[in-house]
Formats: sequence, C-alpha cells, structure tokens
Amino acid sequence: MSSVREEGKDRIIFVTKEDHASPSSAELVEEDPNDPYEERGLILPSGEINWNCPCLGGMASGPCGTEFKDAFSCFHYSKEEVKGSDCLENFRAMQECMQRYPELYPQEDEKEQQQQQSSETKPTSQDSAETSGANSSATKEDSDTTKPNTDDSVES
Amino acid sequence: MLKCRTVWRTLAPLARTSSTVCRQNARRAGLNNGRLPACVPAAHMSTAPAGGGRENQLYVLLVGATCVGGAIYAYRTVKGDSQRYQDRIDEISSRPLKTFTEEPATPTQSEPPAAPSPAEPSPPAPDAEILAPIETADLPSADEPAVEASPQEAAEPAAALIVEEEPPAAEPAEARPGVVAEGHIQGYLVTLVTTILPEPSPPSEPTPAELTEPVADSESPAAESAAAAKPAEPQLEAVTESGDASPASHKVSSHTPYLLIGGGTASFAAARSIRARDPGARVLIVTDELVPPYMRPPLSKELWFSDDPSVTETLRFKQWNGKERSIYFQPPSFYINAEELGSAENGGVAVLTGKKVVHMDVRGNKIKLDDDTEISYDKCLIATGGVPRNLQVIERAGEEVMKRTTLFRKVEDFKSLDKVSRNVKSITIIGGGFLGSELACALGRRSTESDLEVIQMYPEKGNMGKVLPEYLSNWTTEKVKKEGVKIISEALVKSVVSKDDKLEIQLKDGRLVKTDHIVAAVGLEPNVDLAKSAGLEVDSDFGGFRVNAELQARSNIWVAGDAACFYDIRLGRRRVEHHDHAVVSGRLAGENMTGANKPYWHQSMFWSDLGPDVGYEAIGIVDSSLPTVGVFAKATAKDTPKAATEESGTGIRSESETEHTASSPVASSAPSPTGVQHKDEYGKGVIFYLRDKVVVGIILWNVFNRMPIARKIIKDGEEHADLNEVAKLFNIHDD
Repeated sequence: MSSVREEGKDRIIFVTKEDHASPSSAELVEEDPNDPYEERGLILPSGEINWNCPCLGGMASGPCGTEFKDAFSCFHYSKEEVKGSDCLENFRAMQECMQRYPELYPQEDEKEQQQQQSSETKPTSQDSAETSGANSSATKEDSDTTKPNTDDSVES
Repeated sequence: MLKCRTVWRTLAPLARTSSTVCRQNARRAGLNNGRLPACVPAAHMSTAPAGGGRENQLYVLLVGATCVGGAIYAYRTVKGDSQRYQDRIDEISSRPLKTFTEEPATPTQSEPPAAPSPAEPSPPAPDAEILAPIETADLPSADEPAVEASPQEAAEPAAALIVEEEPPAAEPAEARPGVVAEGHIQGYLVTLVTTILPEPSPPSEPTPAELTEPVADSESPAAESAAAAKPAEPQLEAVTESGDASPASHKVSSHTPYLLIGGGTASFAAARSIRARDPGARVLIVTDELVPPYMRPPLSKELWFSDDPSVTETLRFKQWNGKERSIYFQPPSFYINAEELGSAENGGVAVLTGKKVVHMDVRGNKIKLDDDTEISYDKCLIATGGVPRNLQVIERAGEEVMKRTTLFRKVEDFKSLDKVSRNVKSITIIGGGFLGSELACALGRRSTESDLEVIQMYPEKGNMGKVLPEYLSNWTTEKVKKEGVKIISEALVKSVVSKDDKLEIQLKDGRLVKTDHIVAAVGLEPNVDLAKSAGLEVDSDFGGFRVNAELQARSNIWVAGDAACFYDIRLGRRRVEHHDHAVVSGRLAGENMTGANKPYWHQSMFWSDLGPDVGYEAIGIVDSSLPTVGVFAKATAKDTPKAATEESGTGIRSESETEHTASSPVASSAPSPTGVQHKDEYGKGVIFYLRDKVVVGIILWNVFNRMPIARKIIKDGEEHADLNEVAKLFNIHDD
C-alpha cells in the first residue's frame, strides 16, 4: 500500500513492489529517429560512421586516428564475402602506426579485446567494454568515455 | 619579332583609321584646293570636319602628330623594357644557384596541407599560365623563345598568381621537388613576366610558393622555437630578404587553426571531437597548469580510496572492473609538440603547459601569453574553468591562516592535502556541497585508520542542503557522520585566527572550533579574466561567459565547461559545474567548431557517492528550493552503491575490504539519534524536481542504470499528473 506524506513543499511517496506492479500510465513523447540534435551511436542514420561516438574512445582522434579511420571505413563499406578482406593494407598500416605508440595502444590488451568483441570494431577497438556498455543503458557512460569507470586503462 | 607583330596588331587599327583619315583628308584637301567652290556633297566622312581646308590641315597635323607620337612611345617602351629585362637577367645570373636546390624541401612540406587558394593553381601548372599573359597582355615584352610555344590561356588567375609571386620569391614558387633545372627556367620566365608588367606591384611580401600555406603552416615558426625550424625555412627567409625588403617582424606570431584556452576536461573533450570530425586537424591547447589534461572527480573520490601508497605520484586509481587507469585522459605520447604542430602530416593535439593567456584580441583573432608570445587562431574555445572561492574571513586572516588553508581544485591540491592529512591531527572542511561532503567522507575514512579528526561545517541544516530536499539531506548527514565525520551544521564563520600553531574558528553563534588545517570548499568562481580584453559578455546571474545555445560567444569563439553560461533550450539559461557537463559541452563545442551547429540538447548528468551507503545520480536542475516529489521503495541490503558496482559493473565506487563486512548491517536499519521514523525508508527511490509542474530535474537515489529514462523525461518536458506513474518507469524495486 503506498503512503503519501507532505513535508512542506516536498511530497514523499512510499511504494511497495505491488504498487508498482501495474504498468505505468505515464505518457512519453515518441522519439524521432531522425532528430538532428540527438546524440548518435556508432552508425549515423545515413549509414556513415560517427567518428565522434564516445564508444570509439579516442581511436579516431589519436596519432593513429587517420589510419584507424581509413581502415575502419574500408571495413564498413566493404562488400566482400569476408567483410574487410579487401582492407588488409589499411589494417596493416594502422597496426604499424599503433605499434609506434605502445603506451596508447597496448598490444597485449588488443588480443583480449578481440575475443570479447562482437561488434564491427573487432580488429581495431580496444574499448570493447565501452562499446558494449555504450549500447546498453549504462549509467556512467552516459555522455562520455572519459569518466573513470568506463575506460580501460588507456584510451586511445 | 613577335613583339612587333603584337605591337603592330594593336597599332594597326589605329594606324589604319588614321591613315585613312589622312589619305582622305589629303585627297579632299587636294580636291578642295583644286576646286574650291565645288560644293561639298552630302557624303561627308564622319571623321572629317565639315569645313574649310584650313581645318582639314590642322586635323591632318593632329593625326599625324599622334601617329608619330604613338610610334615614338612604342619604340621607347620596347627599348626600355628590353633594357630592364637585360638588367634583370644579369642580376639573376649573378645570384647563386643554390636557392633553387633548397626549394624542394619546402614544397613537399607545404604541399600536403594544401589549402585551395583562389589565386593559386597548383605550382606545376603555372608554367603555361605564366607564359600566357605575355601574349594576351599585348605588351611589349622581352623576347623569349620558349614563350612562343606556350598555349594561350586565361590570363587572369595566372596574372594574379604572378603579381603575388614577386621575382625573388617567384623562383621558389616554380621549383618542383627534384626538378631543379626546370625551376631555373621557370624562374626566369616569371621574372620576365614581372618585368613586363607595367607595374610590378611593389612586392612587399616576397613569400614563397604556397602563399596561403604558410598561414596554416607557420604554426611552428620562429616564435615557438627557432631551433626547431626546418632547414628550408631559414633559407627561404634568406631568399626573401635578399629580394625585396619585406618588413620582417621581430616577434613572429604563430598560428593555429584551432586554439583551446584551458587544459581541462571540456578542452580535452573538444580536442577529441575536433580531431574526430576534421581529419588532420591541428589543435593547440594552452593551459596554465603544468600537466596535460586530466579528470577531476577522482581527486576527491577514488584517489583517496586507493591502497597504493605512491598514489600521489602515480595518480592512478582502480575502476569498477578492477583495471587501473590514470587520471590523465591520455599519456604524454598522445600529444605532439607545439613546435611540430604545423608540420605534422595528419595534424594532432599539442598542449602548451605553464602558459597563461593574458590578452585576447577578438578583432585580430589572436591571443597573447604571459611570455608575450602571440598566437593567432581561426577558431577558439575558451574553457578556462574556474578558481575555488575563498571565505573573506580567511582571506583577511593573514598569512598564518592562509598557509594552513587548502582551496581544493587541482592535482597539486590533492597532493598537498594528502600530505597534510597524514601529518596533522585535525582537519576542518568548510562547505557542505559536493566537494566538501566528498572530501569529508574521504578524509573520514582515513580517520578510522589514524587518529585524524575530521570536522565538516556549513551554514545549511544538512549535507547537500542546497541540492537535496530537507528530509533527504538530513538522512544523508547521518550517513556522513557514520563515515567518521564530525558535523557542525548551521555554522557561519565569523573569524579565523592562528593561535599557538593551531587555527581557531569562531562561529557567529559563539561556538569555537580548534583545528590544524582548513579545507575551503565554498564554491567556484568562473574564470572570466579574458572577458575584458576580448569584449565578451559575462552573465550577471550565473557568472561565466554568456553564450548561446550552440555555446558560441562570437562567431568564431566558443565557451564550454564550468565557465560557460549557456542557453539550455529545454531548461533555460544556466551554468553547470559538473564533470559530465564539461565533457558534453566540450564535445558539443568541438562539433560546432567543425561546423555542426547543434544546440545543447543531450542533458548532462552528475553523480556523487557519500560512503558505501549513499550514492546517487542526478540530471537536470536539482535545486532544493524547488518543490519535489520523492518516490521510495523500502531499501534492502542490496541497494547500495557497492552492490550496484558488483552487479551492473557501472558504478565507480571502490570499496576497501573493511567495508565489505561493515556495510550490510548498516544499510537496512540505522538507529537514528534524531528518532525520525522514516529513517530507513529512503533506501532507494526517485526524486522529481518540479518547476511549473514540469519535471526539470531527477535524482536517482541508490538506483542505477536508469539514467536514460530520466533523461527522456526531462527532454519531453511534459506535465505529468501523477508522478507515481512516472516513477513506475524506473522499476525501482528491481535490482
């Protein structure tokens, strides 16, 4: 049984599980999938890659950002049967670049991440936890990956 | 030979007309002379004046004189030009050839960041185009065999090109990498052309080839570090100097396309956003701190809970997943040197530490640093954050008091407070807001291990008194007390004196508090030092730079983070001092700096943990003066930040081993000294803040992973009749 109490301008309601068992009658405004103001995920409605997606961490903006973008774009638009098989050169270049910055792109983590990864960013992203986390409604990841809890030890 | 032809072509029509006139006049004159009285028939020549022979004669004289004059002028010009040309050629041949060989270096470096310039087709092209004007200009020019072969092309762009590239500099313009010989010839040709043009525009800027390039490139220039300048540059400068006298500035100003003032969270988020959206962007961050950008929340939370004794050096903390990370957003290798920014092939982010921006020239699009360096920009972000406020009574209290007071904001403040906390017996925190409460809890935890006394005093009735509704604030205060903090509420500081190596805080109600060290957490003063020189508007209600919904102060100046008083299209004008806002606004500013034109729409959130039992996340306007509706469920031991961490893996709370056992009994029933019966009923729930019946703020109290729903409700901005129904959306009873 829910109880209500007023303390001045503040109202306090206590509810039991049963009170909240029935579905809510509150109406929410329908979402516009093409709302230009909304924050977007990894892939924009137009099909393009959103390089500014928090899920990418700093991959697209770091010293190897250009190589990453080339490789990932190639992969994204690849129409091969084995997607990305025509992009080996790009990935090689990217890997080469990343090896030059071991601090930013720790090599041992990449292998781990690759196994965990199930999304498109498989060969490249280190931020697997973020990517999968970003897709769910994880609280702290709301706006950014630079919050302490959502990042792996090093962002790139 | 060609010249003659062209000259003739020009003069021919003129000559023809005049000769016709002459002849006709002569004829007429002759005729008329012979037959004076013969009436002149109607068929007059249009050019011949009707009239007598004398006028005709005059006319003949005039025309004749003109012809002769024209011929003389033409002759003189040709002679003069060829003389000038000869002189030029002599001068050039006397110049050392080595200037050509230096050239290849520059074009390669400046070519990659090629920005299309209206006056400039790519360097190799000019060959043909330069030659063209020779023909089409129809001017007598020095002869040059090669000229004939060239096709006739539109002269304008080329002419403009030529005008720009003055003789001495012109040579470099042509030299393509490795093609030295050809450059040589091209050089001559260009010189030739410039000689020809009646008025070689006084070359005040003998700048090298890609004239527009240096604007972007000279990032690196002498200003920052002459030593680091590429080998080609000094050569170029030598060339240009030997050529025309260009007023070389003593203080060479550098330039960056994107300038970010301030090196905090907002600035870093903007840098990342710019780099993601503008490939190869060059971003320069200028900060007066001595370290690269870092995140602030751990300074008052996780870093205090770390087991590592060297944490003040490493500045590393443990995240939810057990993995450690540094407070620095990126390690130093991520950034490039400011000197190299101009030449970096794919651009990058450079951080200039230890430099304060003292003056901003909005009209000239440049700033001045405290070491007198000037940096010009295309687009600028002001993310200067703020400076901790201090109590006036402390400021006036003198040196002895000030040196025992910490204004907590930066890394060094954390380091010094950590040290202090290990060496003193008593610390007093003045301020009951986020920072004060978090530090109190952090230090309170330390106090259990040592005999440190931690006191927190504030004017409100309870912790977070300005944020939480009273009943919740009181509940929170009890929890903070459990963390080992001595709370002195409704405390207004009257004076602070230093006595016998201790500080004595006198309160207005007569209470006296003796302590060793004070931490003042009484708010943040937004840093608007640049407003004056930049002529930017400062908001009188909220402080900070006033910007529009797109975070713009001026057309090429944006402001983000703590210093921005922006227009939130849903919630109205506000200024927010939270980490997530810095990230969101920084990122938005970066997007807008690269052309997005998006307003502030994605609502930022904030969070706070006060010990193991109290954790909440909030979004929107959360002001305790607003009417609130709180919907609570009975708390179980599971509804704590700690439990949330382990389960969902999203919390940032880190717990030490000792807490694990301590938390369970505490959460469910906390005997309260004040005897409020609802004590344990605020275990978890949702609190709605209303303004004109619309929900403008939501706190998720010990309820996690529901922020998107909260965000949606705020975004909708609807009037809900029954907020209990809205609360159902959060499933607060579920884990």
